[in-house]
Amino acid sequence: MDQVMHFEYAVEGGDFFNAGAASSNVKKILKKLNVDSHVVKRVAVALYEAEVNIVAHAYRGKIWVDIDGRRIKIILSDEGPGIPDIDLAMKAGYSTASPRVREMGFGAGMGLPNMKKNSDHLHITSAPGKGTQVEIINELYESHAF
Amino acid sequence: MTVTELSQLVGAKIVCGNSDSRLQIEKAFASDLMSDVLTVETEKMLLITGLANTQTIRTAEMSDISCIMFVRGRNITPEMITLAGESGITLLECPGSMFKTSGILYGAGIKPVF
Repeated sequence: MDQVMHFEYAVEGGDFFNAGAASSNVKKILKKLNVDSHVVKRVAVALYEAEVNIVAHAYRGKIWVDIDGRRIKIILSDEGPGIPDIDLAMKAGYSTASPRVREMGFGAGMGLPNMKKNSDHLHITSAPGKGTQVEIINELYESHAF
Repeated sequence: MTVTELSQLVGAKIVCGNSDSRLQIEKAFASDLMSDVLTVETEKMLLITGLANTQTIRTAEMSDISCIMFVRGRNITPEMITLAGESGITLLECPGSMFKTSGILYGAGIKPVF
């Protein structure tokens, strides 16, 4: 695949009914491209954690996805409270999630560490009071199989 | 073990999905915390949970979980059935507690993921 595929998704804060719709769509696209199922799962889990974070913490956000012949690059940008201390937020168990988020099965302070585990490259920047930007890059075709 | 055999062991009802013998379940994970489920690397397993909402289905979809058993008599909604259908996920409703259901299945040979 030589051409670059580009997709955009809008995410609404608090909309738990549709949370994961973008991740589901990206997962289906990668499956159609015959990407290895283990690689697809890593991308899907990292993106889903990030998408749920927008729904859980921000007012609204956007997701941009670029897929080329060898990798997927995902940028998630939201308008929201931001993360004052990213190092603290990356620690397992740290969470500022609301009771409603916890009722949905999230908010245990495991999302950011799990995003890191499932990303080849993860970069988070945030402006407190304005929003957060997350960049995830994963290689789609691993060469270590042989 | 097939989904039909699983359901008979714990008195569960198959609400939607694949009940034939092609879907074989060997391992299971029990949790109400979806953050926990998303960290499990095992695929094609059974998820046993008391958390019944659309994000349970989304979590299973992202994690390549093919079958979910909702314990404690939690009801599966039409929206959950629609989402599960899009991803080919089988859903079961079970009246027993998570501890009891997990114990019966473990005793019958279903393996833990760790």
